[in-house]
Amino acid sequence: MTPSLPPHDENFCSRRPFFTLLQKELFRFLHVYSQTLITPVIIASLYLFVFGATLGERISVVDGFSYAQFVIPGLILMGVINNSFSNTSASLFMSRHLGSIADLLVMPLTSGQIVAAYTLAAMVRGLIVGTSVGLISLCFARLPWALPLAAIAMAVLSSFLFATLGMIAGIFANSFDGLSMYINFVLLPLIFLGGVFYPISILPPFWQKLSLCNPLFYLLDGFRHALLGVGEMPLWISFSFAGLFALLILSAAILLIDRSSRFRA
Amino acid sequence: MSAALELIHLCKSFGTQQAVNRLSLAIDPGEIFGLLGPNGAGKSTTINMIGGVTRIGSGEIRIFGHPVRRSARQSRHARRLTGIMHQELVADPFFTIHQALSLHPGFFGQTRDPGWYHDLVERLELRPHLHKAMNHLSGGLKRRFMLAKALIHKPKLLILDEPTAGVDVELRHTLWDFVREINAQGTTVLLTTHYLEEAEQMCDRIAIMKEGRLLALDRTPNLMRSVEGRHIRFTLKKALKKLPDELSGLRAKIQDDGFRLSLHSPNQMTVFNLIDLLRQRGIEVADVDTFAPSLEEVFLQLTQPEPSEICPR
Repeated sequence: MTPSLPPHDENFCSRRPFFTLLQKELFRFLHVYSQTLITPVIIASLYLFVFGATLGERISVVDGFSYAQFVIPGLILMGVINNSFSNTSASLFMSRHLGSIADLLVMPLTSGQIVAAYTLAAMVRGLIVGTSVGLISLCFARLPWALPLAAIAMAVLSSFLFATLGMIAGIFANSFDGLSMYINFVLLPLIFLGGVFYPISILPPFWQKLSLCNPLFYLLDGFRHALLGVGEMPLWISFSFAGLFALLILSAAILLIDRSSRFRA
Repeated sequence: MSAALELIHLCKSFGTQQAVNRLSLAIDPGEIFGLLGPNGAGKSTTINMIGGVTRIGSGEIRIFGHPVRRSARQSRHARRLTGIMHQELVADPFFTIHQALSLHPGFFGQTRDPGWYHDLVERLELRPHLHKAMNHLSGGLKRRFMLAKALIHKPKLLILDEPTAGVDVELRHTLWDFVREINAQGTTVLLTTHYLEEAEQMCDRIAIMKEGRLLALDRTPNLMRSVEGRHIRFTLKKALKKLPDELSGLRAKIQDDGFRLSLHSPNQMTVFNLIDLLRQRGIEVADVDTFAPSLEEVFLQLTQPEPSEICPR
């Protein structure tokens, strides 16, 4: 039989641990905003400048749109994805590395709540960067915003997917080198080869088929499709793939937090 | 009334190494309980299992009757009632002391109690350092912060894992005085320490572990009595050059250029017997001091390997 709770528990709110962890994670990246927000926005702005204001005028890859208009959706999503991934992976890895994960492990939080708090904070960071890049891109080109709700949904779904993927990387990374390996040798090639700077239709057939195996392609194409009104795949395929990947990665992240000895010995 | 903490056949192994082996004990509410043992005895693993930092291998843990289980949802009540001061500094480097202490109650589902926050900050002398970041804290300040953090959500069970390791004497006294106060207000305390003198002074009961097993558990005075005999130090009128043969079995030592004789007397031998024995050998005694066995001796007697355990070279 479970005994009654002591008087101080009248103050207890079961959702508060989750919201406190979310608040802590938000504070963490806002505290180092120059590194977590300003730097990625500046990098994306440089890309915009190079491809929008200089080279872009000499390149045309999609009929009816300038190169700047083509590349902006990709750069916005690249900011969202990169920062969502980096936030969860770096935060979780740092906690493990510095030992402050012990604080997280003693909290009365379920695995789902831990994943949700880390993921939501990372999504906020990713979406702040994406929105900032989108606003700066107005200096270079205007987008038609063909399907605005679909564009927002795809950005949210992408940030969710990569925030949860970042948690998995944060659990598996053994060192700072290992963590940057995930970013430099997995995430960046997937982003660059997923069609940020070119449509895959201009690739030779073999590389086109290979690009279809890249989950990033569906996110980028879906987002661009929603913003420009044209894409290489029907929008429902992009959403179905993104949704399926997101579910798979979320299940894996919750399972790892719940079971993995790398998280709790 | 439920025990503050109950461990039932608790086991944990890492690979082939058995860190905790069928550990069973119960701590009464309001007790200060010491868990002692040499390095690698399984104390921290036990504490980590109680707190949820490490998964339970097998067995049961109950905190004020609430189970600690694999699922965080089922362990929620137990976790809220527990505050842990870890051995190492456990804090996010991005936060100041004030920010960390303000957030921490929320992790346990509570709002910050400004009165309690103020009390902790004042009592642990944290006020001048509230806006310092974690990576700018001195060793002593880290310890004080860690204790405040462990207590900020008003736990009923406070677990202190070597709280005074590497701390100067003054701060050690401050910390123990505060722990005594907290205990007097009803908080149960489980502590581990390598300073056996502190454990002797602080703990109502002590458990001694070695290689994951419980070797002894008793009230502190009873444990101390478990070592047979006592130490006797004779101050001699004349310098003694050579030990009498009769004293050879009593771990006798000549000190201070022969003017002091220390020995360990078994229970059946009184001080008068020894003085008579010395007098018969022409040794005149000027003064006598007797010392009860310390916890350190109990500890060493229980934890030092038996001769058969020592591998021959």
